[in-house]
Amino acid sequence: MKFAILVNEGPFNHQASDSAYQFAKAALEAGHAIFRVFFYYDGVHNANMLAEPPTDDRNVVKNWSTLAEDHKVDLVVCVAAALRRGIKNDNLAPGFRISGLGQLIEAGIQADRLVTFGD
Amino acid sequence: MMDEDRTDEAEGGSGIVKKFMYVNRKAPYGTVYALEVLEMVLISAAFDQDVHLVFTDDGVFELKKGMETAGIGMKNFSNTYRALEGYDIEKLYVDQESLDERGLAEADLIVPVTVLSRAEMAKLMGEMDVILSA
Repeated sequence: MKFAILVNEGPFNHQASDSAYQFAKAALEAGHAIFRVFFYYDGVHNANMLAEPPTDDRNVVKNWSTLAEDHKVDLVVCVAAALRRGIKNDNLAPGFRISGLGQLIEAGIQADRLVTFGD
Repeated sequence: MMDEDRTDEAEGGSGIVKKFMYVNRKAPYGTVYALEVLEMVLISAAFDQDVHLVFTDDGVFELKKGMETAGIGMKNFSNTYRALEGYDIEKLYVDQESLDERGLAEADLIVPVTVLSRAEMAKLMGEMDVILSA
């Protein structure tokens, strides 16, 4: 199955990012493909390289970067939502790219299932 | 107004037309969701998809006439709903029970809509390929 994932919440204040990450990892391990992970609304904060959680906690931002590196997953941050919230190329974590909402629509068209994480 | 990122549109569709549904569940100015859903909707128009908009729960307030936002310092985007027709987005559905619960009627809304019962809405949702909700 070819999945697309939409993350709608910020990391650390909501489980959505963690759940999306665990889902992506499990899907890849089960042999499925991830067409793209798209970050919208406060979800764009998942791409903030400057996030520095306490060392005894998981690092959501780093988890995504590692996933992108290990599995070549396409992590796309919505440009309009990102600019509103101060996410730019200057502070974009490795493995993420900033692009337009068209990338989300394309993911909805191309994937077999678009799975949303968030309220 | 909301066209910052309409540059990479219209590629990638490769002729596939899916049924997209955007489910609006929140009041328009208390959170950013209504505005950012509208941005998604406008982009999807460029992809020639079969777009459906649903307004349910407090989302019905997004279409209420006479919104005045100057007092709270928010940008008023309510008129954008009127512009959807120009993007060929004409399938707007409102949940009857949500209107009733809030003392609203179809005449209170700024655009023409199809009013459905919750059961009819559930059936319509079941026919969609992609549902985006906020």
